[in-house]
Amino acid sequence: MTDTVKHILLFVAVGVLLVLEGTTTALGVFSGSWNSSLTILNMGLISAIMALGVNLQWGFAGLFNVGIMGFTALGGLAVVLTSMPATPGAWSAGGGSILLALVLGAATIGAVILLRQKMAAGRLRSLATLALLIVGFFVYRAILDPGVDAVESINPALEGNIGGLGLPVLLAWPVGGLLAAGAAWIIGKTALGLRSDYLAIATLGIAEIILSVLKNEDWLSRGVKNVVGLPRPVPYEVDLQNDAAFVEKAASWGLDALTASTIYVKLGYTCLFTLVLLALLWMAQMALKSPWGRMMRAIRDNETAANAMGKNVTRRHLQIFILGSAICGVAGAMMTTLDSQLTPGTYNPLRFTFLIWVMVIVGGSGNNFGAVLGGLLVWFLWIKVEPLGVMLIEVITAGMSADSPLRAHLLESAAHMRLFTMGLMLLLVLRFSPRGLIPEK
Amino acid sequence: MDFLNALVALTNFVLVPGIAYGSQLALGALGVTLIYGILRFSNFAHGDTMAFGTMMTILFTWWFQSMGITAGPLPTALLALPFGIAVTMGLVVGTDRAVFRFYRQQKAKPVVFVMVSLGVMFIMNGLVRFIIGPGDQQFADGERFIVSARTFKSLTGLDEGLAIKTSQGITVVTAVIVVAALFWFLNKTRTGKSMRAYSDNEDLALLSGINPERVVTYTWLIVAALATIAGTLYGLDKSFKPFTYFQLLLPIFAAAIVGGLGNPLGAIAGGFVIAMSEVMVTYAWKKVAEYVLPDSLAPSGLVQLMSTDYKFAVSFAILIVVLLFKPTGIFKGKAV
Repeated sequence: MTDTVKHILLFVAVGVLLVLEGTTTALGVFSGSWNSSLTILNMGLISAIMALGVNLQWGFAGLFNVGIMGFTALGGLAVVLTSMPATPGAWSAGGGSILLALVLGAATIGAVILLRQKMAAGRLRSLATLALLIVGFFVYRAILDPGVDAVESINPALEGNIGGLGLPVLLAWPVGGLLAAGAAWIIGKTALGLRSDYLAIATLGIAEIILSVLKNEDWLSRGVKNVVGLPRPVPYEVDLQNDAAFVEKAASWGLDALTASTIYVKLGYTCLFTLVLLALLWMAQMALKSPWGRMMRAIRDNETAANAMGKNVTRRHLQIFILGSAICGVAGAMMTTLDSQLTPGTYNPLRFTFLIWVMVIVGGSGNNFGAVLGGLLVWFLWIKVEPLGVMLIEVITAGMSADSPLRAHLLESAAHMRLFTMGLMLLLVLRFSPRGLIPEK
Repeated sequence: MDFLNALVALTNFVLVPGIAYGSQLALGALGVTLIYGILRFSNFAHGDTMAFGTMMTILFTWWFQSMGITAGPLPTALLALPFGIAVTMGLVVGTDRAVFRFYRQQKAKPVVFVMVSLGVMFIMNGLVRFIIGPGDQQFADGERFIVSARTFKSLTGLDEGLAIKTSQGITVVTAVIVVAALFWFLNKTRTGKSMRAYSDNEDLALLSGINPERVVTYTWLIVAALATIAGTLYGLDKSFKPFTYFQLLLPIFAAAIVGGLGNPLGAIAGGFVIAMSEVMVTYAWKKVAEYVLPDSLAPSGLVQLMSTDYKFAVSFAILIVVLLFKPTGIFKGKAV
């Protein structure tokens, strides 16, 4: 059996799992509902895109990014800022001064950089830097705060944020990529070129910061009050159910209108996501095969040698770090579109950063198909480990009396088996099969 | 009088909490920095090691409480601490044998170690949530205050009160004892000296007959003790929640890097730098300003530089500044 056949079989196996999920309730693991199967598939596709981005950074360049959650969340913010209609009155009330404050804040930092370039090093320069920063900060706060108050007081129960540009939601996906790329540029500029651990720690930090901004800046993202009802690129179920032609069509397939409409909508998302995934996969494959991809792998395998050949290692690292993060941003925007709500409270590093890492490592780092396979497979397992864990605990505790407190505690905690299982899987793959399911060629 | 009041307010809201938090961070950063010095990687599982150690201590505390054993005015957790440390030592050394040793023998790249520590973090996190659940746990008992605000006011006749919690007092005393013991161990004992030698120059240390496995084992034992103590003190002072401990990773790393990774003295200094800046940036200075400034200049707002929700941003900003201008940290760590 050649490698190619084996790899195709692995993808087929994931497909079979999804089909089983849709058709059978045997074994108590599968739910036998196409809706559930498609839900898993849709998130699996998004996870595969994130894994593709991380694989670009880790597999091609050996960069360790622990801030995927932050880039994903920025993508989510992009959806709000692009596709929501502007809140009536927000721009006239305080939007202008917020924008002015942000520009001034950026200008302060720019001025500091300029000042440090122009002045000779010494105590005078340190003092001038400090003075500029302090003055800049207070001016920024003095302009920002009234604007924020004004925006947040507009109908706080429903809005209280500045809204967005009211553009089509599909446009938000590339915008999400751009936002994530911007954040990645800032991090890459500071942490790349130093020890590899530093990038990991800096990305861990930026993810926390992005999330605390989303949670606390109500004028921007409504914070923990969530933005709901984001526009969708696919029709609404209710409209479909009221559409006589659609109901008739569904009936001819032997489906009731309710099931048919939900499946139709989910299939719509599946098509969109598959298109994006295929496009990105194609680009990643072309990049991998191009001279640029070979250079990247040369840098990964021996930085000193690549440096001696005249390659600017830090710049190339910055480039690929930004590209990989941008892909995560696109995936984040897609996920928020799928949920049609932005819920900053639900972003959790274990789910959004470390799970993606498990996908990349299990799938095969350095191989784009491996990353995609890992994304789909590990997502399926992530969903299914919980019911499996509960089943396992039930079997183990079957001998105990029904009202035993230990049994109750174990059953209640079974949900946390997920983290344990994922960690174990990561360690086992790293130890015994470090190249993953589909190894790098 | 106004000046004294301002001083008391400053001590009460900034200095005391800052010093207590700084001691906790310093103990955590010492663990990270020791691992970095000896094993040469950033241990992402450190926050969850702290959580595991604290959880064990809490379980022992509950057991002692149920048997009616308490430490009088002191929290029972202090009695449970040695047992918590022992179990954590077992777990951590077991993890090293089962997981990390293989990669040491392979001479894997540091970034592989970091990734492996990520897997360990996952497992420990799952373990902690599995055993004690993801919720908040209070386990402080005994006397709540050493000095309460009311007694201080009646003693001094000032308008401002000064409260020192027992947990804060215990934190500082414990931290001083632990740090003194650690430095005595590193500087005076044979094992401590071999650890420093191994950290400074691995090849020379191997050449002079130092057993690397022994050094590594001792390092993990010390780190387990430091992590459990730091975690328990933090839990006594605030409360225990597994996710909070994971989030502590950022300030702890920042502290270790600010001081210079691999340098124990730097870790302590870094811990206090991070804690003090965090408390000072997120404190509302209105009260202090009102006492010090004349009435005409009294501020209208809270004079808070950043809301407390952004405390992680402070450690992150310091981290970025240090990486930009002095990547080796204040005390010349070993990493560039």
